[in-house]
Amino acid sequence: MSMKGSRDRQVCSKAIPERMSGNEAVSYAIRQVNPDVMPAFPITPSTEIPQMVSTFIANGEIDTEFIPVESEHSAMSAAIGAEAAGARTMTATSSAGLALMWEELLLAASNRLPIVLTLVNRTLSGPININCDHSDGMGARDTGWIQIYAENNQEAYDNYIQAFPIAEDPRVHLPVMICQDGFITSHAVENIELLEDEHVRSFVGEYRPEEFLLNPGKPVSVGPYAISAYSMEAKRAQEAAMERAGEVILEVADRFHAMSGRSYGFFEEYRTKDADYLMVIMGSAAGTAKAAVDELREEGHKVGIIKLRVFRPFPEKEIAEAIRRSGCKAVAIMDRCESYNGNSGPLGSEIPAGLFRNKVMVETVNYIYGLAGRDFTVDHVKSVFAELGQVAQGRVPAPNHKYIGLRE
Amino acid sequence: MKKTVEIRWHGRGGQGAKTAALLLADVAFKTGRCVQGFPEYGPERMGAPITAFNRISEDRIRVHSNIYDPDYVVVVDETLLHSVHVTDGLKKDGAIIINTPRSAREIRGLLRGYEGRIFTVDARQISEETLGRNFPNTPMLAATAAVCGVMDRKEFLGEMQASFAHKFAKKPEVIKGNMAALEMAYDKVEMDMTKTNVSPVNQKATAKQMKQSA
Repeated sequence: MSMKGSRDRQVCSKAIPERMSGNEAVSYAIRQVNPDVMPAFPITPSTEIPQMVSTFIANGEIDTEFIPVESEHSAMSAAIGAEAAGARTMTATSSAGLALMWEELLLAASNRLPIVLTLVNRTLSGPININCDHSDGMGARDTGWIQIYAENNQEAYDNYIQAFPIAEDPRVHLPVMICQDGFITSHAVENIELLEDEHVRSFVGEYRPEEFLLNPGKPVSVGPYAISAYSMEAKRAQEAAMERAGEVILEVADRFHAMSGRSYGFFEEYRTKDADYLMVIMGSAAGTAKAAVDELREEGHKVGIIKLRVFRPFPEKEIAEAIRRSGCKAVAIMDRCESYNGNSGPLGSEIPAGLFRNKVMVETVNYIYGLAGRDFTVDHVKSVFAELGQVAQGRVPAPNHKYIGLRE
Repeated sequence: MKKTVEIRWHGRGGQGAKTAALLLADVAFKTGRCVQGFPEYGPERMGAPITAFNRISEDRIRVHSNIYDPDYVVVVDETLLHSVHVTDGLKKDGAIIINTPRSAREIRGLLRGYEGRIFTVDARQISEETLGRNFPNTPMLAATAAVCGVMDRKEFLGEMQASFAHKFAKKPEVIKGNMAALEMAYDKVEMDMTKTNVSPVNQKATAKQMKQSA
């Protein structure tokens, strides 16, 4: 069952250079973690993950119990049952699969079950489309799950390994969603540095839930009715766990750094020092944005990127402080998702709210890009920075909620 | 080789352009380079035009967009020349590599005024001769490796032998034919000189020099 090992030992792992797709990278991490149970229903573009894990099981490389279910609703239901029973449980899905899990996502979080879900981001219908945007993950943003997004296969792998110690920490006890961009990273073969099996196992440690259903010595009930006199306290306790998750995410990142040499935080600041203009962006497009920033810096433009990694809990104060520190004149907030609220995408709402609450008064422009797999290029990034400059200098009025790369 | 080489593959669903792009990433990785190999996914239909991409670089690759100004374009199915603008954005000092039994001179007429280098290889003929069936992607992979100069012939074939040994572990009988297809295509890919300053007499030698100096 779960891997033996102590979470306290900090040993530096040898880096194993490889090349693989994002789906392969996450599957490789699953093999190393060897979770107890994986219920899953395949859906593009995450199908390869249950497929590869099934192969590991068939080859006898891991002893995970794979439960082939008839829908994602059942996949998450089975995950809840298994995790409540005391088994380390994970699943994988995308798009409509996550949407079909919606009711159970809330149950997993409110029952404080540290399930790990690897989400390969794909748009939601319609029009029906298999390509990437963040509408699936963003649709689940208020379900009580921790959400961590990846720029590339390396981060998908690293984030996945960190998910279990975050979720299972007694201060947290919340499910974690590890997100990567469908096809753009899930199906792209790129270089990666893997960690040694025994180091990953020892990092993740053995799962020892404090309370679980299959413990006759300490009976508990899971998912009972709560009358109004108690229900609100449960919800407050759940929110308090999300508030505590931030410090745990950083502690786990520190331990991960000691093992791998790779450091992670709530977000990455790329060339933000003394930047006149910033872009806040999430996922694979952040890599494209960094390449554009390098080119623009070479031409003398002071621009930088804040790449958001942890979306839930939302590091509102930290983002506001980073923007304040940079002293920038304007910020482009990039959403790979529409909110259909008539105003802005999800980041376009939450980041300005955080700036206001923290009294950082800076011009922001919300851009919608990359919906349903629309390509996002270095030139797009440059056009955003160019417009931001015009806005800050008062030459053009600040557009809001502007679409990038739209057909005219 | 340039610091970063960008390659765009054009094929039809089922011809293995994506697999070829991933294999090219694989062999380039083994030479210590940073690589990217990815397809553009749409409705996956047999025979529909598809594209796949490679970036091969000395440095870490961070861009995650498709490739619009490639150094090389590979056309796995020449019937695409009638419907897809395969040379769009192709760099002037780049090259196009086409699977065709026709001469580059004939092909040039179909390339909408493209003036750069054209390489041709009859991947169907090579595949049918060595594999008994039309798998154009294997010869096109070798032709691409030869033209791009990602690695030398011996290194390329050695790495591919190892890849095939792994990929076809359960049907080793197909390895020999695939290796023969690679070798033949690597050696047979021909450059059209009609628009360049190089004497046509030394076509083969020049193609090789270009590989070395590229």
